[in-house]
Amino acid sequence: MRLPITRLLVANRGEIASRIFRTAHQRGLSTVAVYAPPDAAAPFVRMADLAVPLVGTSAGETYLDVEQLIAAARLAGADAVHPGYGFLAENPDFAQAVLDEGLVWVGPTPDSMRLMGSKVDAKAVATRLDLPVPPSAEIVGDDPAKWSAAAEAVGFPLLVKASAGGGGKGMRPVLGPADLAEAVRAARREAASAFGDATVFVERYLAQARHIEVQIFGDSQGQVIHLGERECSIQRRHQKVVEESPSPGIAPETRELMLEASVTLARSVAYLGAGTVEFLVVGSGGEQELFFLEMNTRLQVEHAVTEAVTGFDLVAMQLDVAVGEPLGITQDQVRFDGHAIEVRVYAEDPAAGHLPSTGTVSRWTETPGVRWDSGVETGSVVTPYYDPMLAKVVAHAPGRTEAAAVLARALRTCRVHGVTTNLGCLAAVLESTPFLQGATTTDFLDRHPDLLAAATPHVLRRAHLVAATLHAQGLRRSAASVLSFAPTGWRNVGGSSRTATFAIGGQPTMVEYRMGAAGAVEVMVDGTAGAVLLHGVSDESVDLEVDGLRAVYAVTAESAVSGDSPADESSARTVWVTGGGWTTRLVEPPRFPVAEGASVVGGLVAPVPGTVTAVLVAAGAEVKVGELLVLVEAMKMEHRITAGVAGLVTGVLVSAGDSVEAHQALVAVEPQVPAETGDGGAS
Amino acid sequence: MAGHDTDDPLGAGIVTGLGVVSGVECVIVANDPTVKGGAQGPTSVAKALRAMEIARVNRLPLVSLAESAGADLPKQAEIFIPGGASFKNLTQLSAAGIPTVTLVFGSSTAGGAYLPGMSDYTILQRGAARVFLGGPPLVKMAIDEDADEEELGGAEMHARTSGLADYLAVDEVDALRQGREVVAHLRWRKRGPAPVTAVPDPPAHDPDELLGIASADVRTPFEVREVITRVVDGSRFEEFKPLYGSTLVCGWAELCGYPVGILANNGILFSEEAQKGAQFIQLCNRTDTPLLFIQNITGFMVGTRYEQGGIIKDGAKLINAVSNSTVPHLTLMVGASYGAGNYGMAGRSYDPRFVFSWPNHRIAVMGPKQLAGVLTIVARQKTEKAGEVFDEAAFAPLRDAFEAQVEAQSTALYATGHLWDDGIIDPRDSRTVLGIALSACHSEVVEGAARYGVFRM
Repeated sequence: MRLPITRLLVANRGEIASRIFRTAHQRGLSTVAVYAPPDAAAPFVRMADLAVPLVGTSAGETYLDVEQLIAAARLAGADAVHPGYGFLAENPDFAQAVLDEGLVWVGPTPDSMRLMGSKVDAKAVATRLDLPVPPSAEIVGDDPAKWSAAAEAVGFPLLVKASAGGGGKGMRPVLGPADLAEAVRAARREAASAFGDATVFVERYLAQARHIEVQIFGDSQGQVIHLGERECSIQRRHQKVVEESPSPGIAPETRELMLEASVTLARSVAYLGAGTVEFLVVGSGGEQELFFLEMNTRLQVEHAVTEAVTGFDLVAMQLDVAVGEPLGITQDQVRFDGHAIEVRVYAEDPAAGHLPSTGTVSRWTETPGVRWDSGVETGSVVTPYYDPMLAKVVAHAPGRTEAAAVLARALRTCRVHGVTTNLGCLAAVLESTPFLQGATTTDFLDRHPDLLAAATPHVLRRAHLVAATLHAQGLRRSAASVLSFAPTGWRNVGGSSRTATFAIGGQPTMVEYRMGAAGAVEVMVDGTAGAVLLHGVSDESVDLEVDGLRAVYAVTAESAVSGDSPADESSARTVWVTGGGWTTRLVEPPRFPVAEGASVVGGLVAPVPGTVTAVLVAAGAEVKVGELLVLVEAMKMEHRITAGVAGLVTGVLVSAGDSVEAHQALVAVEPQVPAETGDGGAS
Repeated sequence: MAGHDTDDPLGAGIVTGLGVVSGVECVIVANDPTVKGGAQGPTSVAKALRAMEIARVNRLPLVSLAESAGADLPKQAEIFIPGGASFKNLTQLSAAGIPTVTLVFGSSTAGGAYLPGMSDYTILQRGAARVFLGGPPLVKMAIDEDADEEELGGAEMHARTSGLADYLAVDEVDALRQGREVVAHLRWRKRGPAPVTAVPDPPAHDPDELLGIASADVRTPFEVREVITRVVDGSRFEEFKPLYGSTLVCGWAELCGYPVGILANNGILFSEEAQKGAQFIQLCNRTDTPLLFIQNITGFMVGTRYEQGGIIKDGAKLINAVSNSTVPHLTLMVGASYGAGNYGMAGRSYDPRFVFSWPNHRIAVMGPKQLAGVLTIVARQKTEKAGEVFDEAAFAPLRDAFEAQVEAQSTALYATGHLWDDGIIDPRDSRTVLGIALSACHSEVVEGAARYGVFRM
């Protein structure tokens, strides 16, 4: 047995780093974070006792740089390294480097990582143990003809997968032979960048299958136990988004077979630590067929559902077995309690092909009653450099329906503003009939595309517009330096309504409103009148009754609303509203935009008497604002004459060498009407 | 409503008001080109001069939005001499440290050219502003020059060549934006004290009830305390001398957070009321407390007993106090304003900072019926002195016509048409209007009087 760990470095970022630190701190361990510059302000960096900055920006330059990580461990005096998941978690060379440094590697041995981490080798092991595997073949060499031969042997449709991969990275679906070569090249590129290993293979694509996996755990005494199964069928772009335990769609006999096979497989390689054996299950009831897919030699994102139903802390167990402690529990002592469901919250737009969204998280308010493992907080910046997962959220309840309801409500009532997320889509999935019936297969989202683009109900869209309007109104009132007692827009001669203009998803909308007595507000949204009662406004919310329904709407305005500052009125304002289970992003165009060409300083005349030293445009040229047109030298100084407006040069009135008087015209530019610019409100 | 029931029935071609620009309370004077192309008639001139007076006495920056056809030429005789004062006022405001900002959106020519010309800051809209002393036809006639309007007075020319334009705006919104930036950079600081209560309580009694409290017929008395409690913060009113001179209600309150002394009539003024009012005004001046006069007054009491009791001397004390008081005065007309009571209660001619009227307001030297009656008595006396018999029936149409004329000339509409007030307001808005007016007054120092005229004892 090794000495106990005292200082643990986590070679990872975001929510998993925080998750590991939490357990480490509970066990009295000192912790070390490593971070790339884009993560400098991330919560996990501050959560650790010590943090070591890495040099570089991309994952390859930082979290995948073994040398830097080992140097960081040395610098911080860490005696153990936990790799988290992703990045180098399944890289045996990194594990070996950690061990060579004399540190504890919190994970399986490099040998078993190498064996089981290779999907090809793992399948060979499975085949030896009589586990059915989907037809597959390795892709070797650079000859597309050879690739085709391998693919034909497997049969279409198929998946190109990264041998070292996981998490959908390096995975490409191929429907027919024509798409194969491109898919292989793309998968190799992605695999090389994500895992440092470009090896890929092709595997038969099984339609209408469930993705079910078994959590196993081994210790150095040779004991291997399982902690039940997880179903992770609901995926987007081959990445899991909803995970649960137990599986709602597995027959008892299939389950038994799967659990037993997983333990056997792990035992056959004397597996140490946490691992996952993944299967595809096709068919239902007694007709179910089971295929071994791969083994993940790491802790998985979805380990939290297993923790919920078993009551174990899997990170704590990893730390125990890593120093040679026995597991301390036998298979008989593992009890399963209730049902747990996890969702992954991503900064992405499900309605736009899961396009990642970046920006500042202007509000991050988690709802109680569920487990949040979050990598961000209010003010965090979501960068394009890493995986856009913001958090995983886990609900645990006696039954599946209840767990789904608890989780859906948590997602509907949390407040995440600043970046577009898949929260609404996840809630819609959990509330959908097919999900509640357990009809979950890996093509779930393809079969239910309506869940991706669920639109805010009309009545709520209206309420959100009113909330955004009255929030700004209330803040302007309370920020007013004078006459704050007077109602907004008050005029002694009566007068017209106030108006607020917003764009939602690029669609312009107008809210007209008139403040009455005791919180009564007459509103008109897109021409439809309504009665509103304003109960209160705070910086972060509006308590509002719209058309007879009262609710508190969380509102985040991403810039100041003070009417006292002209500068604030010259730029668009983005406002996020959450209420009634939905979140809306609204963009308010500037009240007083700075007109193009408004800040012309010089213009197209000579500012002083002097000599033209260069003419840089010709008649007929189109010029942009700020484009250099003429140089005039006077009193040893060079004056740059630039275009104040975009337009067409209709005449050049001077040439190089000319002497010019002050204010003499140099170039004639006919302004062109700028094209209508969108508000950028698409979200 | 300025100009209503006058010889200038279209009224003013300008809109004037108080508004907040970039957090600064300003007087806004804006041409309204929809009235005679913004041509300035006598009512426009009177309104503009009043607006400038408000800017001066309350120390409020003046923002002008100019687009005017110039003088209303058929009425030139009525405006040429009084209107000239506006340019003097502009530079005197500037000299007093009160900024003047003018945004020119259109024509501002001839005399109107001095509006930007006399302002501290000018913003001219490109392609729209035209500022020159003489337009192309006049230039042609005067010096036989063929001048181009843009060359003569366009925004570009004034921005680049003449220097009359400090800022060049590309369009209206851009002009407004730049105007707001100019006001923001004034770094304006009000000289008066801030409200003593940041978040004032609304009145405990519903201001909407004010509609039912005032009498449509000013001869029907109503309790002015019912008005006060629907205007002041929390309906709290600390009454002064409640048992003495009871038809003049005096006391202290806060209005939109500002401390204020209130004098309010419940009808006739007697000697006690006049003395009480004079004392109260002096007390408020000692504590630099602004005064609110709420007029519902049928006049000073007449009759032998009261004359012998010295009501002239006592009335004089009140007029002395109100004339020499230097704290801001606000006057609210909620019913009758007849006779010298109008003076003692800071009527228009006593230069209150603001005067506002309710629609039921009546104002005249005395009630129409009383005036007609007095006229009848005088006529009878004259007839009988001549030894003739007074024909009551024959005089009746004359008396009725006179009564009707006085009635017509004493309405709130007639009064506001003649700029005897600063506007008719909805009674329910009284608190907001007075709050805005009080806040405006506090842009200037609030300081009580050091001395008064000799009080006749």
